[in-house]
Amino acid sequence: MTSVVQWAALAPLLALVGSLINAFFGRSLKEPAPGVIASLMVAGGFVLSVLAFIGLQGMHGGVQVTLWRYFTAGTLHVDAGFMIDRLSVTMMLIITGVGLLIHIYSIGYMHGDDGNSRYFSQLNLFVAAMLVLVMASSFPLMFIGWEGVGVCSYLLIGFWYRDRVNPDAGRKAFIVNRVGDVGFLLAMFLTFKTFGTLNIASVNAAAPGMLYGSGVLTLIGLLYLLGATGKSAQLPLQVWLPDAMAGPTPVSALIHAATMVTAGVYLIARIGAVYAMAPGAAGTVAWVGALTAFIAAFAAFAQTDIKKILAYSTISQVGYMIAAVGAGAYWVGIFHVLTHAFFKALLFLSAGSVIHALGGEQDIRKMGGLGRRMKITGNTALIATLAISGVPFLAGFFSKDAILSGTFTSGLLAGNGADALYIILLVTAGMTAAYMFRWYYGIFGGQSRVDAHAAEHVHESPPVMTWPLGILAFGSIAVGYLGLPEFAFPNLIQRWLEPATAKVDFNTLTSGTDWLLIGLSVAVVAIGLAVGWWVYHVRKGAPVAAIKDSNLAGASRGALGFDALYRILFVASGEGISGGIATLDRDVVDRGLAAGGGGGAGLVGKLATLVQSGFARAYAFAMLLGVLTLVLVAALTGVLK
Amino acid sequence: MVPTPYYVALSALLLTIGAMGVLTRRSAIMVFLSVELMLNAANLAIVAYARQWSATGVEQALSGQAAVFIILAIAAAEVAVGLGILVAIFRNRVSTDVDELSEVRS
Repeated sequence: MTSVVQWAALAPLLALVGSLINAFFGRSLKEPAPGVIASLMVAGGFVLSVLAFIGLQGMHGGVQVTLWRYFTAGTLHVDAGFMIDRLSVTMMLIITGVGLLIHIYSIGYMHGDDGNSRYFSQLNLFVAAMLVLVMASSFPLMFIGWEGVGVCSYLLIGFWYRDRVNPDAGRKAFIVNRVGDVGFLLAMFLTFKTFGTLNIASVNAAAPGMLYGSGVLTLIGLLYLLGATGKSAQLPLQVWLPDAMAGPTPVSALIHAATMVTAGVYLIARIGAVYAMAPGAAGTVAWVGALTAFIAAFAAFAQTDIKKILAYSTISQVGYMIAAVGAGAYWVGIFHVLTHAFFKALLFLSAGSVIHALGGEQDIRKMGGLGRRMKITGNTALIATLAISGVPFLAGFFSKDAILSGTFTSGLLAGNGADALYIILLVTAGMTAAYMFRWYYGIFGGQSRVDAHAAEHVHESPPVMTWPLGILAFGSIAVGYLGLPEFAFPNLIQRWLEPATAKVDFNTLTSGTDWLLIGLSVAVVAIGLAVGWWVYHVRKGAPVAAIKDSNLAGASRGALGFDALYRILFVASGEGISGGIATLDRDVVDRGLAAGGGGGAGLVGKLATLVQSGFARAYAFAMLLGVLTLVLVAALTGVLK
Repeated sequence: MVPTPYYVALSALLLTIGAMGVLTRRSAIMVFLSVELMLNAANLAIVAYARQWSATGVEQALSGQAAVFIILAIAAAEVAVGLGILVAIFRNRVSTDVDELSEVRS
């Protein structure tokens, strides 16, 4: 079976080939050829991933595929190689599976766009880079994928580059990500210094032999966490994701919801053995995730852009995943990555369908009542909304519940406020239900607030767009059943992932307590949905209008002022420094040194020309004076004697 | 025998007269003539000291006499070149006033 698994190493190559074909020949291809080629390449990757998945049945370890020796420096040997195990195959299935649906959807969404082939080239390149990220067997190769997805994210956010705002948003995303990348790099240096290798499997094997809770492991964990906060848009680097919505909507679905932003979760799960030995770092991870989840959910309430609400919701949901992996429940984090990939991609694609129907309108205040005109989109969006809210029997319910009980019972978080984390995440679950209800109801329910002109053109999207919606909707229900609560049912995904992730002790609860926790989370979700129903349907949004100008609403609208704070701290100070340097350059270097030096030289030259009078007798007189001076000096000092 | 200081005094006098001539005369011929005067003032001093040295019996004293011969020979050649230049200048400008020769001034 090993050979079947090894073939999966070709998956990134396929996507890369697709990207190159579209990059070099895409412009001469007629639509929909670029999209079809790109989709076929991703489909090939999906088939390879499925084969690898089948091949890995019954194998607890993974398969290492070493392609070539990447580089050697002293005792450091880095191979360009892939590690295909249960964890990476799960991610590959998500990336290529959801990626394939989004590629197909894009054929319809990007129809008629000038940059059609450029779009598919970059989207394929993203898939290749993301596959390298999850499959890499060593940190440097993972970092290549890590940077690759960052570059593709930057390119695709600024895809419509003619509008100045979009490339600016891309740049912001890239720069903020670079801050996290510094953490990743430093973590790699420290990993090599500590373990003497950069092979991920070797590090995972060596970590349990280290001193539990030692400072160096904690530091490594915190540095990788910094890298993860950049890519996964967690506190304090979450500011780039809402702006990243400037990209085409399928890009937001694939990169900024389903796959790339989960890279941080994957990273922490991948090196779970390090975190399992560093409770301080793990606790920090969990707290970062929980606080991010809460703050982003709070910020989602006052947004009016259809995609920005989803962006904050993504930050919040990734916060849940980070909290889960921080608690040491690595399979839970990946499980939520899986379910979230389905319902969040579905939410974004539904939003894209709405934006498409309204001719580019993104303000939910100018929507409403669209469910009657767009039946398929409306119904799939409803399923996704209920799934993300955590309504029982939908995917989000199972994964969110697993996260809640994981943080509550984690042995790794003992003494790091596991109870407080649980309460924060529980409250956030209620908030999620409320703001997602607002999102759904604002677009599809209630009275229509669409402009009369735009209303005429409202139409259901073509089948190439609605089919992916339907498949994702099915997944938003079905994938949850992979992770039924273990205490009562067989939990497939836990049994599948546990051999590939680090062991962490969890307190076992009585099944009564387990049911109580589930009941609590259901109750909170019900309260959240009821509040949403009451505020937006029964009271027609009156309570919202009442607090519209309050500090609370303002804080939510400004996402607690992180952007404003960073503007003051970094942008303003940077501008101050660059302004100072510009003044220094202009007034001191240019006007002072350059102009002064030139002027001085000119002045000396002018003075020197005075000597060159052109009168031979004047020269002769000067010579005589010089000779007399020399003679006088010689006579007085006695040099000649 | 005339004492050496007399020769040196005469040499200094000739040199001064020559220098004044170079500085004050405007005709290139006269300047040239004054330069020759200064040159020979120097020659006179050299020969005078050479004679004094040979009287004390130093063998190298004759090198002073020899140097003067070389200087005279070179001076003759230099006069030929210098006068040639002067003739050429005169042909061009019908004047040898050195104050007017200032074309290369900036």
